[in-house]
Amino acid sequence: MKKIATREAYGQALVALGRENADVVVLDADLSKSTKTIEFKKAFPERFFDMGIAEANMVGTAAGLAAAGKTPFCSTFAVFATGRTYDQIRQSVAYPHLNVKIAATHAGLTVGEDGASHQSVEDIALMRVLPGMTVFVPADAVEVHGAVAAAVRIDGPVYIRLGRMAVPILHSDDFKFVPGRAVELRPGTDVTIIACGIMVAEALKAAEDLAAEGVNAAVLNIHTIKPLDVAAVTEAARKTGAVVTAEEHSIIGGLGSAVAEALVENCPVPLVRVGVRDTFGESGKPDELLLKYGLTAGDIVTAVRQVLGRK
Amino acid sequence: MINIDPSEARVRANQIRCHIINMTCAAGSGHPGGSLSAADIVGALYFGGMRIDPARPDWPDRDRFVLSKGHAAPVLYAALAERGYFPVEDLDSLRKLGSPLQGHPDMKKLPGVEMSTGSLGQGLSVANGMALAGKIDGRDYRVFVLLGDGELQEGQVWEAAMAAAHYGLDNLTAFVDFNGLQIDGPVTEVMSPLPIADKWLAFGWHVIEIDGHDMEQVFRAIDESKTVKGRPTAVIAYTVKGKGVSFMESVVDWHGVAPKEDQRDKALAELTERRPD
Ligand SMILES: Cc1ncc(C[n+]2csc(CCOP(=O)(O)OP(=O)(O)O)c2C)c(N)n1
Ligand SMILES: [Mg+2]
Repeated sequence: MKKIATREAYGQALVALGRENADVVVLDADLSKSTKTIEFKKAFPERFFDMGIAEANMVGTAAGLAAAGKTPFCSTFAVFATGRTYDQIRQSVAYPHLNVKIAATHAGLTVGEDGASHQSVEDIALMRVLPGMTVFVPADAVEVHGAVAAAVRIDGPVYIRLGRMAVPILHSDDFKFVPGRAVELRPGTDVTIIACGIMVAEALKAAEDLAAEGVNAAVLNIHTIKPLDVAAVTEAARKTGAVVTAEEHSIIGGLGSAVAEALVENCPVPLVRVGVRDTFGESGKPDELLLKYGLTAGDIVTAVRQVLGRK
Repeated sequence: MINIDPSEARVRANQIRCHIINMTCAAGSGHPGGSLSAADIVGALYFGGMRIDPARPDWPDRDRFVLSKGHAAPVLYAALAERGYFPVEDLDSLRKLGSPLQGHPDMKKLPGVEMSTGSLGQGLSVANGMALAGKIDGRDYRVFVLLGDGELQEGQVWEAAMAAAHYGLDNLTAFVDFNGLQIDGPVTEVMSPLPIADKWLAFGWHVIEIDGHDMEQVFRAIDESKTVKGRPTAVIAYTVKGKGVSFMESVVDWHGVAPKEDQRDKALAELTERRPD
């Protein structure tokens, strides 16, 4: 299967966007080679601004650019893009509902060897709680192109969460990315696995393994955490009667929380959340970390067995 | 008026450089460039500059060192191991699952690490806090902190610079590793922090400019900073990123890439050849 990192796809998508939209400007904070905004810099040097190691100033500057009619994309690692700049995003971007797009790379544990200081497992929670913020977590390169294009059309702030590692392409090129709409990747009757980001591929693997055990699991891909497709989540819960969520993020405040909130109000069914369990990460190879922190297809299978026992 | 003979520190700094090369090669990732540029400063601190006792990493009266540019963790680990905080063999576990030698320093995992760092721009504030605590408690320990020149772009550095002068933290010495490079290129091209010395002066600090690879100058600066009253001291150390390994020197791309085995061997050969006696 072809693999490409979502950050790579982001660099390509930015260049395509820059060609068709002269209002798009890109800002980075001394990580353009890693976030891939360097591709945009090469193509449109006059619309690229390296702000240095000064993330808060980057976001504030983006707010000003947006207030003056530009569509700025800001990029750095997710841990800095949301944590280091939280108040600037809240006060200068979200509150005035400005057109700032924050595309953060190196999200989650798969940052790997750099360790906990660089592994963001809280960013979805931080962004999701802000009024008016759209939150995209693309699962593959095709969804990145969709998310970047959609971000420009959306009037207001958008957060796009991207990863460091190469991940399989799940969609064909004609996939239509509709913001806020869940994507059923596999129908099923016994349980629904709701996943985002790199965990979507794991969810599909888990569903295969479960099928061998005679468990018919549906897989729902949530590329838009906010606004959540409450109708699709509720419908899936109603149909299958049990839900497992899977995300490369804390189970507090992310996809699992968003789904739990929707289910409790609309269709309470047994739920088990797969994700980082209220802890910081550490240094290690990405695969080792996914195993240690319970973020593999096997962990999803275990969670499904648990939730089926409570059905 | 230097009180310490710099010759041992010179030898140790060379050894620290060898460790940096070995450990990043073994890890397959990490940051050799900014570790090598700081090897003489960190070597001076751990071999004469600081009042420390490896057997008592939590001794209340110890001097403290905060590595604000946390990505240079290899230089800190190498110095701690050389000084006897833990066995030198453990350096090979850098960045591996379960190792106390995290990709960026973790004070909860490794005794001798004074502060968990890695997110740039925060270490000077923490050093201020330690220095303030020393004043409150009437302890005579000193706090040293090392910042990158790119790191100076973070606004928090200047909030902390203002605070340290405001509170007259003369028990604080901040080193700036002025190697001229960050990740996206030369600091002057990315987002110029120049003039550096003038900024610290304007913020009310005592400022010393040195060649950060001249051990005598490093020790002289440490000594001078200990005599300054009523103000913190900033030591602007002119350094070379990747110092000591010819093919790494002043090359931007060696910021965050580990040497392969043949490159390691070449680097070690150069360092061994130039070992001071
Ligand atoms: C807040 C923050 N933003 C970005 C980074 C990523 N980063 C790691 S090292 C580095 C460049 C550091 O340059 P400099 O301070 O000059 O360090 P040195 O040259 O001594 O390695 C960057 C941007 C980070 N660690 N922390
Ligand atoms: Mg530098």
